[in-house]
Amino acid sequence: MDTTPDHAQRPSSAAGASLAIELKKINKSFGSVHANRDIDLAVRRGTVHGIVGENGAGKSTLMSILYGFYHADSGEIVVGGKPVTIHNSSDALALGIGMVHQHFMLVDNFTVLENVILGAEDSALLKPSVDKARRELQRLASDYGLNVPVDALIEDLSVGQQQRVEILKALYRGADILILDEPTGVLTPAEADHLFEVLKTLRDEGKTIILITHKLREIMAITDMVSVMRQGQMVETLETAKTNPEQLAELMVGRRVLLRVEKDEAKPGDVLLDVTDLVVADDMGTERLKGVTLSVRAGEILGVAGVAGNGQSELLEALAGMRASKSGTIRLNGEDVTAHHPDSAATLRRKGLAHVPEDRLRMGLVTNFYEWENSILGYHDYDKYGSGLMLDVKAARAEAQRHIEKFDIRPANADLKTANFSGGNQQKIVLAREMERDPDVLIVGQPTRGVDIGAIEFIHNQIIKMRDAGKAILLVSVELDEIRSLSDRIVVLFDGEVVGEADPATADEGELGLLMAGVKSDTTPKREATT
Amino acid sequence: MSSAMPLPRWVDVLLLPVLNVTLAFIIGGIVVLIVGENPIEAVRIMLYGAFGYGYGFGFTLYYTTNFIFAGLAVAVAFHAGLFNIGGEGQAYVGGLGAILVALAVGGLHWALAMPLIMISAALFAGFWAFIPGYLQAKRGSHVVITTIMMNFIATSMMSYIISRILKPANVNSDESARIDEVTRVPFLSEWIPLLRNTPVNISFVLALLALVGVYLLIWHTKFGYALRTMGHNGTAARYAGMSNAKLIMLAMAISGALAGMVAINDTAGAHGRLILGYVAGTGFVGIAVAFMGKAHPIGVGLSALLFGVLYQGGQELAFTMPAITREMIVTIQALVILFTGAMSNMLRRPVELAFLTARTRQKEPVPTERKEA
Repeated sequence: MDTTPDHAQRPSSAAGASLAIELKKINKSFGSVHANRDIDLAVRRGTVHGIVGENGAGKSTLMSILYGFYHADSGEIVVGGKPVTIHNSSDALALGIGMVHQHFMLVDNFTVLENVILGAEDSALLKPSVDKARRELQRLASDYGLNVPVDALIEDLSVGQQQRVEILKALYRGADILILDEPTGVLTPAEADHLFEVLKTLRDEGKTIILITHKLREIMAITDMVSVMRQGQMVETLETAKTNPEQLAELMVGRRVLLRVEKDEAKPGDVLLDVTDLVVADDMGTERLKGVTLSVRAGEILGVAGVAGNGQSELLEALAGMRASKSGTIRLNGEDVTAHHPDSAATLRRKGLAHVPEDRLRMGLVTNFYEWENSILGYHDYDKYGSGLMLDVKAARAEAQRHIEKFDIRPANADLKTANFSGGNQQKIVLAREMERDPDVLIVGQPTRGVDIGAIEFIHNQIIKMRDAGKAILLVSVELDEIRSLSDRIVVLFDGEVVGEADPATADEGELGLLMAGVKSDTTPKREATT
Repeated sequence: MSSAMPLPRWVDVLLLPVLNVTLAFIIGGIVVLIVGENPIEAVRIMLYGAFGYGYGFGFTLYYTTNFIFAGLAVAVAFHAGLFNIGGEGQAYVGGLGAILVALAVGGLHWALAMPLIMISAALFAGFWAFIPGYLQAKRGSHVVITTIMMNFIATSMMSYIISRILKPANVNSDESARIDEVTRVPFLSEWIPLLRNTPVNISFVLALLALVGVYLLIWHTKFGYALRTMGHNGTAARYAGMSNAKLIMLAMAISGALAGMVAINDTAGAHGRLILGYVAGTGFVGIAVAFMGKAHPIGVGLSALLFGVLYQGGQELAFTMPAITREMIVTIQALVILFTGAMSNMLRRPVELAFLTARTRQKEPVPTERKEA
């Protein structure tokens, strides 16, 4: 168990052990939280092995143990047939284990080459390393289809290309086993497809790939084997070909889950939210919305699709009155409510607009507050919570209690600090607060980001319920599946412009994918006539 | 997942501060040993000096009053996420507001004059804090920097005003004319003979009221709710539609007004006149008081009392034990500040581990130490 790994011990593929990695009875606790409980995992060499599970199921902890970030309390790690101890990421690398993190670890103002050799320089002089890296990168590029301009700065590359650099970094360091943590979260569908092609090539060349994801579609598309984790335990390992998404979802959650959203035909009414030629700049003064025009009717959900960072955040903030618009108009119920001041959120709320923000932790909640305090955030000024200067704590608590019951927020304790709730329950706190105000217009950003499958189902149903109650809903999400299953109409945002509109019933993923990548559709975006 | 392990509230509020103070006293005790005195005896003298008889107790309460105001000033700003270290200057300028009104209404009964003096002191001190608030809200200049600078400006400005304008011709020292005895904020000894010849005055009652008032303000008003929202998460405050700029300016003004109440205790009460450099570090002690008291009025009250004891008992100690000089008392005070403020989290980790071990031992073997990523 105590062998210190070095290059001499590197498991060579010629050694012929069929298992690349074997984890035996891994246990890991953080205080009273048993994050990993008797985990067994066997990953066959030359396969793509998926690991799925809800947030907090223990996937990341397990991979962190494998990559040397954490130490298992007990259990054994076998790499290439040899029991090993992994103290840190250098040990992991020496064993041929490489990791591609969800958030890239790249130096933005370095070139691709410089990033690749960073920390793997051979000597004090850079020149020999650079030359060697250049040759090596060329070989890797041709072998695996990992083309990137090696002399370009990272900041000039697309997200997909940056991810390729991360993979190249791992391969350059001699990784035989690649761990990818939620790799497609930031990619367009086309980029994701490209990534999968690369992964397949790597697998065919004998590399082993461990893919952590919560997207069952990806598991079905690319993996050979899939392991399901739930509440710190390994529930089952299956051959992907012999399972289906429904079964996997059930294993993840522990009960039957409806993956498809059940909804009736929309009955659109009057236009409640009407945006014309909206131009909005970010804090640096860069225009992030360049003349956006869209409208949402009562009783319909307008989905705004797009890769993250194409102006969605600015759109939500401008609509919510948190960001001043440079030009253009926003009409709510026919009234011009265009914010010229970033402090207009309260005004808009009173006019019937509710906002579920993209990032609940940064914006939608004060994590240090008790649950009941967050249940009135944005509404504390209302007479309901005390007339005059005083805050009626009792009334606020009662409000929180109502939300807890109606939205099944757990634990059902309004006096708990919000930070102690799970992601799904925190999201429910925000949703309950915004939906229970009975707004005319609801704008929702990333409603299910970092939320468990069980809670996703609930949240989706609540949004549909709002629609059926005749509310106008604008939904922004980077999850294309979510946009497609919830929306009645879809617009695609690219580089601050609406580049196309689609009907979710007929649009196929390829068409939307092209739009998200900035390839304009032939049909110019048509604008619904306002009644 | 690591440090998020919550400790029981009583550990955070009571056990840790007590441990920190104890540690400060142990090290202070070692210093006392080194100079050849008995530390136990020193503590006894200190406590006797602070509580043992009316005269000492009166002074303890007088110091405590100042520290409560200065501590609350820092605490209110702290809840808004602002670090006001300008209490010293704000209290000084508050003194100007107090003396101008107190002299102007000379002869008026104190019960009528005191509210006017308070309003004036609050306005002057509040304005002095509002300036950095405005600069942060509108121009992005950090209050930590600007409040420090405002302290220096206050010192120079007040020196000029006191020595060149307020100082009467027939007075030698740098101070204003005396406030009429009828107008002056009365000493508590008028009602409690035990406290005779001590400077503790009605302001002590005002300080206790301020503790309650600040508690209500922070946790039971809509303004306090907004203040805390901004203090924890400015983006969430903007999301909620609160104006961060307004909140910053208001929070600073209130903070400054509280610091200005030091002038009620000193200028309008204990001193009966405005003396050059009268604040004498009270504003800075307020920072330690607020931090030690976790910015909660109960904590601020208790830590203000502790510093009151240290001030008064320390003087008694320096008087009784000649080997222990005034400087050594300051050293012990500094140790308390060091351990409760700057190093208050030093004991947190061991205590956390102790609790963790105790908890896990009930269920399963202790987990081996984890490496940080």
